Amino acid sequence: MEWKIFLTIIISMVFVNNFILSKFLGLCPFLGVSRQIKPAMSMGMAVIFVMTLSGAITWLLYRFILIPLNITYLRTITFILVIAAFVQFVEMVIQKKSPLLYRTLGIYLPLITTNCAVLGVTVLNIDTFFVQGKPVGFSFLLALTQSFFAGAGFTLALLLMSGIRERLQLNDTPRYFQGVAIAFIIASLMSLAFMGFNGFRF
Amino acid sequence: MPGLFKEFSKGIFRQNPIFMIVLGLCPTLAVSTSLENAMGMGAAATFVLICSNVMISAIRKIVPRSIRIPCFIVVIASFVTIVELLMAAYLPQLAKSLGIFVPLIVVNCIIMGRAEAFAGRNPVFPSLLDGAGMGLGFTLALGIVALIREFLGSGKVFNLTLFKSFEPAAIMVLAPGALLTLGLLIALANIIKKRSA
Repeated sequence: MEWKIFLTIIISMVFVNNFILSKFLGLCPFLGVSRQIKPAMSMGMAVIFVMTLSGAITWLLYRFILIPLNITYLRTITFILVIAAFVQFVEMVIQKKSPLLYRTLGIYLPLITTNCAVLGVTVLNIDTFFVQGKPVGFSFLLALTQSFFAGAGFTLALLLMSGIRERLQLNDTPRYFQGVAIAFIIASLMSLAFMGFNGFRF
Repeated sequence: MPGLFKEFSKGIFRQNPIFMIVLGLCPTLAVSTSLENAMGMGAAATFVLICSNVMISAIRKIVPRSIRIPCFIVVIASFVTIVELLMAAYLPQLAKSLGIFVPLIVVNCIIMGRAEAFAGRNPVFPSLLDGAGMGLGFTLALGIVALIREFLGSGKVFNLTLFKSFEPAAIMVLAPGALLTLGLLIALANIIKKRSA
């Protein structure tokens, strides 16, 4: 029976409730890093990685520190600090262990700290998988799945967008629409297409 | 005095955070389904922006440059927590409809951007004006987007139905409508900018 819940979360995070196209989380990197496919791919990978691990860390912190001490109102401060520190840590490790990867991801890593999709998914995990301060069944695994596939959905939208924008450079866009304005209109059409997934039922 | 007024007024159109600099988009799109939500979000963000600008400007000489970002984040997050608790206590309905976008004010790029670009280098009073102006510009932009979306999407303004015979296009209150409205408004802002220059 349980696999069904996991499947629902996966489909919901990647398609139906796609973080960018239907929840509007992480729009800044979506517009900033979607000019070419290659950097978009690197950014997507970095986001999946950071999201999954910070989803796990914040769940553990919430469950074993914030709830027992009864200081759940410090959630926002704790989570953003954890994410900021974690991103910094990941940056140092990658720099030391794999200079090549560091050069590809380098500038995108610090940007992730202010990516609202990361903080968004950690807050969403707590909101959905804790009922009145008690974790629901398989709560940790569900949170992990949700974090990972939210990142995957983000990457999917980012890749699609960068593919379209690469082609767009060859087109003759009206002068006042150049840059961000046309990007929004494209995103609107993509979002319209993604609404087609709304009908999925299990 | 005119110099100080300029710090306040630049956020409203010339450097409007949403239409001109294109920052702080996530909350703009997500909460602009109705004017009521938009005003609540605008007020909350303006409060945080003013308080964090004043605080950061006051401590700017004590904080070492290398760790300024984490310090700024803690200051901002504290004020966001204050807003979160106040809103849950006194405006539970609004807190519910804004949902996770209240804690997400922390990562609103406008607030961090003003802290880094202005409050970290200027005295307290100009920072206060800068925060107030930017907050007002943000609220105004949010209000315009919300007005268009609420009217076209549900035929209402501030929850009041205007025309009985008007058939609303529900797509405008959904995600695609938000992106489309903002895209067209940014193009309009570009036109105004080019004409007035």
